Amino acid sequence: MTLNTSRRGFLKSAAAAAAVLYVGARPDGALAAGSAPAQLNPFVRIDADGTVTAIVKHFEKGQGPATGLTTLIAEELGVSMEDIQYEFAPSDPSRYANLAFGQFQGTGGSTAMANSFMQYRQAGAAAREMLIKAAAEAWGADVSTLSIEDGIIKGAGQQAPIADFVGAAAQMEAPAEPRLKDPSEFRLIGNAKVKRKDSLPKTNGTAKYAMDLHLPNQMVAVIARSPRMGGLAAGFDDTDAKEVKGYIRAAVLPNKAGVAVYAENTWAAFQAREAVTVDWDLSNAENRSSDQIREQLLNAVNSDPEYNVNGADPAATAALIDGAEKVVEQTFYFPLLAHAPMEPLTCTIEANEDGGITLHDGAQIPTGPHMALAEIFQLPMEKIRINTMLAGGSFGRRATPTADYQVEAALAFVLTDRSRPVKLVWSREDDITGGYYRPAVAHKVRVGLDAGGNITGWDHRIAAQSIIKGTFFEPMLVHNGVDHTSVEGVPDGLYQIQGQFVGLSDVAKATNVLWWRSVGHTHTAYVMETMMDEAARAAGRDPVEFRLALLEGGGKDQERLAGVLKLAADKGNWGSAPEGRSQGIAVHKSFGSYVAEVVEISGNADDGVQVEKVTCAVDCGLAVNPDVVKAQMEGGIGYGIGHVMRNEITLTDGVVDQFNFPDYEPLRIGDINAIEVHIVPSAEAPSGVGEPGTPPSAPALANAIAVSGPRVTELPMINSGISFA
Amino acid sequence: MALSLKLNGQTHEVEAEPGTPLLWVIRDELKLTGTKFGCGVAACGACTVHLDGEPVRSCQTYIEDAEGAEITTIEGLNSKAAQAVQAAWVELDVVQCGYCQSGQIMSAVGLLSENPKPTVEEIDDYMNGNACRCATYQRIRSAILRASDMMEA
Repeated sequence: MTLNTSRRGFLKSAAAAAAVLYVGARPDGALAAGSAPAQLNPFVRIDADGTVTAIVKHFEKGQGPATGLTTLIAEELGVSMEDIQYEFAPSDPSRYANLAFGQFQGTGGSTAMANSFMQYRQAGAAAREMLIKAAAEAWGADVSTLSIEDGIIKGAGQQAPIADFVGAAAQMEAPAEPRLKDPSEFRLIGNAKVKRKDSLPKTNGTAKYAMDLHLPNQMVAVIARSPRMGGLAAGFDDTDAKEVKGYIRAAVLPNKAGVAVYAENTWAAFQAREAVTVDWDLSNAENRSSDQIREQLLNAVNSDPEYNVNGADPAATAALIDGAEKVVEQTFYFPLLAHAPMEPLTCTIEANEDGGITLHDGAQIPTGPHMALAEIFQLPMEKIRINTMLAGGSFGRRATPTADYQVEAALAFVLTDRSRPVKLVWSREDDITGGYYRPAVAHKVRVGLDAGGNITGWDHRIAAQSIIKGTFFEPMLVHNGVDHTSVEGVPDGLYQIQGQFVGLSDVAKATNVLWWRSVGHTHTAYVMETMMDEAARAAGRDPVEFRLALLEGGGKDQERLAGVLKLAADKGNWGSAPEGRSQGIAVHKSFGSYVAEVVEISGNADDGVQVEKVTCAVDCGLAVNPDVVKAQMEGGIGYGIGHVMRNEITLTDGVVDQFNFPDYEPLRIGDINAIEVHIVPSAEAPSGVGEPGTPPSAPALANAIAVSGPRVTELPMINSGISFA
Repeated sequence: MALSLKLNGQTHEVEAEPGTPLLWVIRDELKLTGTKFGCGVAACGACTVHLDGEPVRSCQTYIEDAEGAEITTIEGLNSKAAQAVQAAWVELDVVQCGYCQSGQIMSAVGLLSENPKPTVEEIDDYMNGNACRCATYQRIRSAILRASDMMEA
């Protein structure tokens, strides 16, 4: 009896194992299907019991792909959002590359939905057609009479759950071009009632982030890093650390960038690190202060630029401005900024029985650490596995081209006998002082206006610390010496500005710098949109009317930008601020999306400004998950406003002055009283939402303050005499 | 030293040095990872737990001071206020990255337990110490008001 039962069980599970349907794409991009994932790049898996799993190639840091990519599969396949689950794809750039990144698998540039939209819909649609074909064959029916709704195949007087046809469908070839639903047939895409897939686990404490991993027998490693960029560890004394219970040992990293301190648990590791004294060789270390960097940047925008960005003749532009009726001129300074994601950086490395290595990580660009670890461990790529876990925010920080923290973990692991997993943990102090900041940037702009209040010339000089030069992204993003991320949003801006010259100078870095939510647009939108207000004021024209005139008669791009500007102005009651309040507006295109924001404030610069309300209009093409789009606008606005109010990283003799949240004070709940988001209905292809909410928020606030207060050109605003309520 | 902790209705015998933050005993020893490490200096609220029903920052609570108290973590919430708060959080899809949300919820439950009908000003004041880098604040505020309504119903 026992034998029979177990025999039956074996047969059942063997059949079940065979009856799995994977649908995805081959490395050449063609649709493919089968009963094993090996020969294709599955975007969806359907188990024998009908369980549908979307295989999400983008990591989830809160921006919503776990919901968004799952929605695409569910929509085309014909299952409800409750009946589909998701898991993160393994690291394999040949299968899961970001179509916007070439041969890299990764998330960034607000591309997750844009580059997945057709792939995941096609995979869902192919699975639908295969299941329907299998049912049609079994029922002797015509495929055109069958459909799938809520996981049930119906038609020809019959109905059955998709589970019944998984085995048969798994034997079929994928259709080359499955029919995608017409937008009029959408039930989930564009439906504001679709809920996030990750709300419940993130509300009851069960969601597992990389920081929550606890492998059996693991050690925790923390790194004592040089207080100044470029310092090298020459040795250490751990006598006092030996008094810390749980301390294991310390070792200089092979690249001498720091000393790894190993302990049995996180608290012991932190305590032991405090007790280790490192002998630093600072002979080649950075010793500049941020005041000096600021001087260099300001000098650079007051000198001839190193690079001519847009090919215009600066002398011709100067002549147009010099001959103008009025000239408006401003110089701007933007400080270094930390990303400070809520979950400090962490990852875990363990050795596998097959001689390979597994990295457990909230991996934003898995291909980066994948290649770095293959190099460090001298293993072929297929021997390195990456388990992508939830990430507690990023804002760009988990996407270093150097794979900085994953490399640290690998180097710390290399120094062990590899018998125990090593979990690398950063403290908040490590995070705030650890570099990879939004670069410090200066702009100087001169604008000429004629007697009619029209722009005659626009001279725009930018000095920045290049994010891209020296990284593997250089061939893609640096052209003729110009790092596109230093200038994006100026030469490619949508205003039809006469006589514009754009110049750029690179200034040396005193810390590592990195993309930070919306990258170059963090400063270019601020400068363009505050200068628009300055020019409008000098011209005696309304800021909205002034902007619309510069967009009139342009192409579709200009029309879409004007569209959000008008919608935000309308919904934000532009020009009709209640008594005691001021309004500012800004509009900007970034990452393919058009966003306008009206910021309404009360109070004043001396007694305290309070952000009462932000009204946002966004055109991101088709909004797949409208509520996620709204959430990203709300978050992007908060991120922009919080930093511009009071955040900066400064250096004294090369050492970072800030340590933790008390001196890098985050946005708090009372800082913004209300945010209202309006989405422009659109049938255009989806574009980004993770970043585009951020750029207009800071200049809109600055424009509101400038109505009856100073024009802030030196950030953060608290450094320019602005107090906040 | 050996300690006896009353956590989520159960007694746990743990071994920890005096001065060890409660946070690390909860996370690393008891392996309850819903309580998060965010800053270590009581400036972000991600590590908020309840001690005898009162929200405290577990990163700045020494283990010896927690002995004898009823400790509740996100995993052990079950009061009427907690059920309302968690339901409202899901209903309004408050979370983004979610890393701070255990702490937000522990604070929100603390607020509604002592003040079931808070004003917006009282919410902002009470929740001021809980940072959310994703800036989900607007939904946090709405969800607390929604939970307050749910508790009344």
